[in-house]
Amino acid sequence: MEPLIEVRGLRFRYPDGTLALDGVDFVLRPGETVALLGPNGSGKTTFVLHLNGLLAGEGLVTVCGLPVAKPNLPAVRRKVGVVFQDADEQLFMPTVLEDVCYGPLNLGLSPEEARAAAEWALAQVGIAHARDKAPYHLSAGEKRRVALAGVLAMRPEILVLDEPGTFLDPPGRRALVEVLSGLPQAKLIVTHDVWFARALATRAVFFEQGRIVCDGLLEVVLVHYCWDLSARSGTVLDSGG
Amino acid sequence: MHHAVVDRWSSGHSLLHARDGRVKVLVCLGFLAAVATTPRLTALYAAGYGLAALAAVMVARLPLGALLVRAAVVLPFSGTFALVSLLAGDSPRAVALLAKSYLSAVAVLILVGSTPLPTILRSLERLRAPRLVVLVVQFLYRYLFVISEQAQHMRLAALSRGGWRFRSAAGAIAVLFARSYARAEGVHRAMLARGFQGHLTLLAPVRADWRDGLLLAGGWALIAFLRWGLEGVWSR
Amino acid sequence: MHIPDGFLSAPVWLSLDAAALSLVGYLARQAQRESGEAWAPRLGVLGAFVFAAQMINFPVGVGTSGHLVGSALLALVLGPAAAAVVMTAILALQALIFQDGGVLALGANVVNMALAGVLAGYLPFRWWGAGRFRQFAIFLGGFFSVLAAALLAIAELRLSGVPIPAPVLWITLGLFTVTATLEGIITVAVVRGRDRLGLGLAPQPGARYARGLAVVGLACALLAVLGGLAASRHPDVLEKLLERLGLATSRGSQ
Repeated sequence: MEPLIEVRGLRFRYPDGTLALDGVDFVLRPGETVALLGPNGSGKTTFVLHLNGLLAGEGLVTVCGLPVAKPNLPAVRRKVGVVFQDADEQLFMPTVLEDVCYGPLNLGLSPEEARAAAEWALAQVGIAHARDKAPYHLSAGEKRRVALAGVLAMRPEILVLDEPGTFLDPPGRRALVEVLSGLPQAKLIVTHDVWFARALATRAVFFEQGRIVCDGLLEVVLVHYCWDLSARSGTVLDSGG
Repeated sequence: MHHAVVDRWSSGHSLLHARDGRVKVLVCLGFLAAVATTPRLTALYAAGYGLAALAAVMVARLPLGALLVRAAVVLPFSGTFALVSLLAGDSPRAVALLAKSYLSAVAVLILVGSTPLPTILRSLERLRAPRLVVLVVQFLYRYLFVISEQAQHMRLAALSRGGWRFRSAAGAIAVLFARSYARAEGVHRAMLARGFQGHLTLLAPVRADWRDGLLLAGGWALIAFLRWGLEGVWSR
Repeated sequence: MHIPDGFLSAPVWLSLDAAALSLVGYLARQAQRESGEAWAPRLGVLGAFVFAAQMINFPVGVGTSGHLVGSALLALVLGPAAAAVVMTAILALQALIFQDGGVLALGANVVNMALAGVLAGYLPFRWWGAGRFRQFAIFLGGFFSVLAAALLAIAELRLSGVPIPAPVLWITLGLFTVTATLEGIITVAVVRGRDRLGLGLAPQPGARYARGLAVVGLACALLAVLGGLAASRHPDVLEKLLERLGLATSRGSQ
């Protein structure tokens, strides 16, 4: 099967000189859900920003066979839907419905088609009732779901979520997991929340200082890096954590 | 400030709420112009304009008391100049300053209380206001309360650590600026991520119908009468 | 400093509305032609920041506090053209949502604070900002941005026939000088804070300063001419104004 995402030798240096990614290789196959783990500052979010061309580094990044480069960006952004960590940054239109329509309208749908796509997406995440509300009247969990709807309305093939569980209370996290597990897209989930990762992913990659140092079964990665705080294994935390 | 009070008012339902935003803006502007250009604001004029405004408040089902109180924010400024005018011997001017500024504030409150701000902005754009300014106002309004809340939190944090001083305020503003700038970049990234191609497609507003036409014609007719006809009729 | 409706006479508010609409419209269309609508959200967020910052109180002594206006700060960070657009947005929202300033008077307030204020806030830095006098240039920017707006507002009120007898005029000017000084100090403090955070005063939207400056400069010149023409229809007003500003006060009547 042709991989959905293929990354080879990705390097990226920020303008101030920091080397954020130091040779990353990664493959995402159809139907997979992968958890991206690793300490803060290890490059997970920087990596994710390369997948839809918001950042451009050295090396190869292809999405559904298309190299992520300027001429392909509209097509790439149609295929890769990214839900960022800060929901407030994503909900920038005056009402929920208008915000979810934003993506479809950019894809060239007519206002009626866009509205239909938005209504469908809002229903998918269970928040259709909030369609005429202003974003700052919503709770953190509702904002998160609207942000997800805004991406789903574009019918991407790959979903990327950056720390989706932040600011959510346990019922909120559970609701989000329920929604996500019902979605057919392949998913990449950047998360520190082990429960969240376990609920959705079986495969994980571990980032450390700009490189992927481990790629395998979620449970194996968690144990190897002592990443599971609730584990009562008695092992001493080693430098992997 | 979690959100503006007018947000709640404008999300209500009434005959006035349902009218086209452009018509409401035009009628409001007509009212403001009539009040502003009334040469001598006598009690008659005040009564005429006031009753018209009152009728609009009733139709829009807005909370009268709260609206009148909110309109009073203009009074300190106009009151000061009114006092000065009074002392300078120009009492008609004093009355005019107070009455005109207050009536104008009421009229604007009726407009924003019966029309959600995004709709007002869309209407202004259709009425040929500069598009970039309209867009900036839209995004400004979206993020105003988020950023204000951040500022309030900073203040609370400083107070918890012994006090809010000049340098606390200056530091807070610098940090707030940095965070706002980062947020601005984040919004831009989010726009790009969902396919921004250079043009913000806005959903079209509702089309105007005969009721809106009636409001426009009737509203302007009433205002014209109050401005020019009322005095004539009364003195007969 | 925000003039409500009902103060200005029709020739004054009509001409200032026309001036503001055409000038800000020009600047906005320029910006749109150069960088499209991509800048709208960023300008909006920064406008929200300034709006929110205007509500933060700066303790300046026993029981008193000052507030930032921000025209100069915006001008330094965004360049005068974008700053004018953002200030206009702020003033429009203040008029609509908070009844701070009138709707018909919006043109006047825009001219005073978004055009003249921004330009006055920018020019000192533009001329003297590189080098040893940087802090002072920034201070002057803040100072003149407030003072210019205040002087224009007072002139507009006088032209409209609002009585401002000599004692009141002097007190008002005195108060505005204090506010202007505060604005200068706060602007310097905020810029220093930004410097310490590692952020520069790099103006963002690829604004062509020469053109933006020329437009705004033209605007102010135009206004000076309009004001002069209007004043010349009321020579006594102009006379009294000059008398009050130039000589020691004597009588205080119209």
